[in-house]
Amino acid sequence: MSLVAAAAEVVLRLDGISKRFGALLANDAISLSLRRGEVVALLGENGAGKTTLMNILFGHYLADAGSVEVFGRLLPPGHPRAALNAGVGMVHQHFTLADNLTVLDNIRLGTEPLLSVRGPQTARARISALSRDFGLAVPPDARVADLSVGERQRVEILKALFRDARILILDEPTAVLTPQEADALFATLRAATARGLSVIFISHKLHEVMAISDRCVVLRRGRVAGEAVTAETTRADLARLMVGDQLAETRVTPRVGGPARLRLRDATAPGLKPLTLDLCGGTITGLAGVSGNGQAALADLIGGALAPASGTMEIDGAPVAAWSTRRALAAGVGRIPEDRHRTGTVADFTLTENTALETYATRFARGPILDWPAVRAHADAIIAAYDVRCEGRDQRIRLLSGGNMQKLILGRVLEERPAILIANQPVRGLDVGAIAYVHGRLLDARDAGAAILLISEDLDEITGLSDVIHVMSGGRLSPPFRRGTLTQAEIGLRMAGQGFTDAA
Amino acid sequence: MTELVDILLQASFWAAAIRIASPLIFATLGELICERAGVLNLGIEGIMVIGAFAGWVAVYGGLPLWWGVGVAFLAGAAFGLLHAVLTVPFGLSQHVVGLGVTLLATSTSYFAYRLILPEVTSPPKIVPFEPLAVPGLSAIPFLGEALFTQTALTYAAFLSVGAVAFVLWRTPLGLALRAVGENPAAVEAQGLSVTALRIGAVVAGSGLMAVGGAFLTLSAFSSFFFEMVSGRGWICIALVVFGAWKPGKALLGALLFAAFDALQIRLQQTPIGAVVPYQVFLMLPYLLSILALILMSRRAEVPAALMLAYNKGER
Amino acid sequence: MRLEPIAHPSLVRQAGLPVAAVAATVAVAAALAALAGADPFAVLGQILTGAAGSKFALLETLNRATPLIFTGLAVAVAFRARLWNIGAEAQLYAGAIVAVLLGTGAVGAPLVLPLSALAAMAAGAALLLGPVALKVRFGVDEVVTTLLFNFIMLLFVSFLLEGPMMDPMGMGWPKSAALIPDARLPRIVEGLRLHWGFALALGAAVIVWLIQTRSTLGFEMRAVGANLRAARFAGMPVNAILLKTALLSGGLAALAGWSEVAGLKGHLSQDLSPGFGYTGIIVAMLALLHPLGVIVSALFVAGIFVGSDAMSRAAGVPTYIADMLLAVALLFMVLAILLTRFRVVRG
Repeated sequence: MSLVAAAAEVVLRLDGISKRFGALLANDAISLSLRRGEVVALLGENGAGKTTLMNILFGHYLADAGSVEVFGRLLPPGHPRAALNAGVGMVHQHFTLADNLTVLDNIRLGTEPLLSVRGPQTARARISALSRDFGLAVPPDARVADLSVGERQRVEILKALFRDARILILDEPTAVLTPQEADALFATLRAATARGLSVIFISHKLHEVMAISDRCVVLRRGRVAGEAVTAETTRADLARLMVGDQLAETRVTPRVGGPARLRLRDATAPGLKPLTLDLCGGTITGLAGVSGNGQAALADLIGGALAPASGTMEIDGAPVAAWSTRRALAAGVGRIPEDRHRTGTVADFTLTENTALETYATRFARGPILDWPAVRAHADAIIAAYDVRCEGRDQRIRLLSGGNMQKLILGRVLEERPAILIANQPVRGLDVGAIAYVHGRLLDARDAGAAILLISEDLDEITGLSDVIHVMSGGRLSPPFRRGTLTQAEIGLRMAGQGFTDAA
Repeated sequence: MTELVDILLQASFWAAAIRIASPLIFATLGELICERAGVLNLGIEGIMVIGAFAGWVAVYGGLPLWWGVGVAFLAGAAFGLLHAVLTVPFGLSQHVVGLGVTLLATSTSYFAYRLILPEVTSPPKIVPFEPLAVPGLSAIPFLGEALFTQTALTYAAFLSVGAVAFVLWRTPLGLALRAVGENPAAVEAQGLSVTALRIGAVVAGSGLMAVGGAFLTLSAFSSFFFEMVSGRGWICIALVVFGAWKPGKALLGALLFAAFDALQIRLQQTPIGAVVPYQVFLMLPYLLSILALILMSRRAEVPAALMLAYNKGER
Repeated sequence: MRLEPIAHPSLVRQAGLPVAAVAATVAVAAALAALAGADPFAVLGQILTGAAGSKFALLETLNRATPLIFTGLAVAVAFRARLWNIGAEAQLYAGAIVAVLLGTGAVGAPLVLPLSALAAMAAGAALLLGPVALKVRFGVDEVVTTLLFNFIMLLFVSFLLEGPMMDPMGMGWPKSAALIPDARLPRIVEGLRLHWGFALALGAAVIVWLIQTRSTLGFEMRAVGANLRAARFAGMPVNAILLKTALLSGGLAALAGWSEVAGLKGHLSQDLSPGFGYTGIIVAMLALLHPLGVIVSALFVAGIFVGSDAMSRAAGVPTYIADMLLAVALLFMVLAILLTRFRVVRG
């Protein structure tokens, strides 16, 4: 296939693209070409410049230098329509769908002349033909809000195909899929390339890249670090290109847990089937599953935002009666939130203020008065102990990088010495260095005796870090498995809802 | 009780209700368009005032009535543009800008009115829209008097409901407008301009609000006076919620509300009015609006991106 | 175009833009004056001297600023927690009604003043509690409900003044009986027409400032306003915080009406407030919701009103120029403040 592709015409050419954001050189003279019928993998860690490059291709950002050429024609910079009209379609990692509109409406949005009279029916026939040809089954009249994550991705791909895209760009498309859904996606991509479409596949998962791509382009710190024909390279080579010299994967020895600190027995909450779970001291319990299958509800349940609707919850053997976030905090539950920008921090507050969000009323209140000197000392201690790079505690937290923000949250939580810790997607969007730091701190907390629930969509993270693994699907929780007793494929089947004993 | 039944059986009562509803229909549709596109327009109260004033002053200055309506639309659109520029590309607080626009539009109207007529004590009148009997239909007993002997502007209000519904659900433009109020990022990703769509919606919606205001001077009262809008704009915001952001239901809400308003005016003339202070009757429309908000609050499907500014590139 | 946050805004930007906003407002004032056929410079001068050109003018401005400080604080406190209290006008009248109820003989000295102040605050607080409870319980938008309450309250006042509260000696005018002397706020300095309400307003601003910066409640109110989800996630009792904010805000607005009746007018009439509740929103916004800034902006706004009144009598420019200028100042200022923190970039 790569031989065929090598001879085919170049459909997309990025030439010498550079883009600077303030002090950060996000793209540094990046060049890249894509041929007809070819799948090129764009590899790179977070912050390597992949997203910026794609935003430039789509006219969302203006490049400082360089040009974009599609089917031999230069694209005018800064016009989002230009790339779309030239036949480039993008499937973002975070879907850009209007949840309250139907599949049909989402697909045809922006494709028809605005000042014409046309209802949803005109687009229907073409959409069903495309669904059939590319193996993308979705109910056309369903509201997007009612679709599964895999189905939503299919809608995104259909959106691009409906616009006659000849080039598909997929940004981390498998991050939200079960391994089986990912395989179906690969089948769709093969069908597409067989029809002469070309694909850019953005990823940092090497095994997928090896499986689907013809050629790999690796970005590191805004530059092209290397390029290779997939068949002629190895995972190790690619990994080295991606992370440079700092390839130091954490090798974690599993531990056998201590006594259960938290016990759920047939506990339910909105979005959760009755579930049973033990979180043991000195253990990392991994929760695998595609996001939106009840992980948020489970995190809320343990974290106190939800009270159990039925069933029992015990902490250190004592049954929990009334339950709230405040009570959970008092009971020693620490929480690293899934979304550090929207729920974890107050963007316009200073670092100092952000460190006190959960403890101002317990640790720092002197009657109705807030003991600011004590809060400031606390903030200084966290900034120092957790290596938060900042201009000082009085800086607004919105100006911090994701990694430093997460370190501050980590400090805020771990300084309370939690008995139970919920780490919800703790490294999402972080760069390699920060990931290693966060994982190291979680392991330290485990070794110090904390019972940790690690929620992640990244199976590698789950299988690499957890001592015990549960899988979640459709609000159900699988029984626990020791790390190493299930293959990723077996976990994947459970993520897709198979192998659950109770039929409820 | 018999008084109540008597009133409800009068065609003139329903004719009055429809008259009272007309400005509310225009303005509610205008607000609905803005909110469907994701922008809460609290400028509505002031934009109705400027519409009432601009329409009146145009006709007072010698233009034909329909030109007055056009001038009102343009005046409203201009203040809508101000609102839209500040809230859409600049993303300023829709609450603050809306209240600012209301104050600016209101004071501009009053200032200009005093400039033009520094001395008058009783406001000069213009010749307003005359009731227009629809041939044939106006002969139907009861319904003819209630529905089909209204002014042209009232008919236009009813037609606008259908027109707005048609645009929103039967044209790609309408789809784009609804989508931009649900998820602007989705619209941007499809190559449409969020900024242009939202600005357009606010400008057009504000124009309609102003026509609602112009109804007061050009069809209902035939002169302009201070405090004439007196909270109608705010009531329209409640009607949008009551109508669950759907033109048909909003029309129903406006009619219900207007019927109630007409009823309280008539009840004041009955023996009940002799016992109950008139202020209580005047309060009823406002209380009713609050009640409507409470009843509908749980069921309504608010546009998901209402009041959320969209800044490109910010996730 | 796109807005990009500026990490370290220069001093020029931070100071220059607000100054530019004020300058632009002045330019608009001049243009409006010219439009009205008056000499722009003369008009600006007359507004200035009318507001602060004499002892009388200055005292008038301070008196006018007093209710504006209270309503401005009420709005600032609420908006800081993202509670859109547009109903300060209604809460103001609630306070005024209580001042009359307790101040016309029902309670005697020395209790009447403190008691009626507290009762007024309670009445204003109660009035805002309704809409906020509806917001918290049913998700009813408080903007519309508080706005509608203003109209209901005005009608209620009209009912009271034409009915149960009408001054029996008032020859049928819709106004209340006069307060007993003990229920009146004394003047700060004998002989100067400035009552203790002004000093109270200053004190209230300081207290609100201390609450916001030093207390746990202030921390909570700011957190709820800056990021509701984060506040809830952190375990803050969001609903209780909003209700407490409502009590404080409603109470402050009520003091405006109470001090107008007890300090200035001595009775309640329907024209007690020329929209002090609404103007409070402008005052608060111009102060960027800072409690101490409210004092400055209330003086500025009061000055524009008083100055415009004086100017209007002399130059014949309609007084509505004051409202226009405030609206323009407000819009320019919010834009200027935005641009101190963000720059507009293409693409």
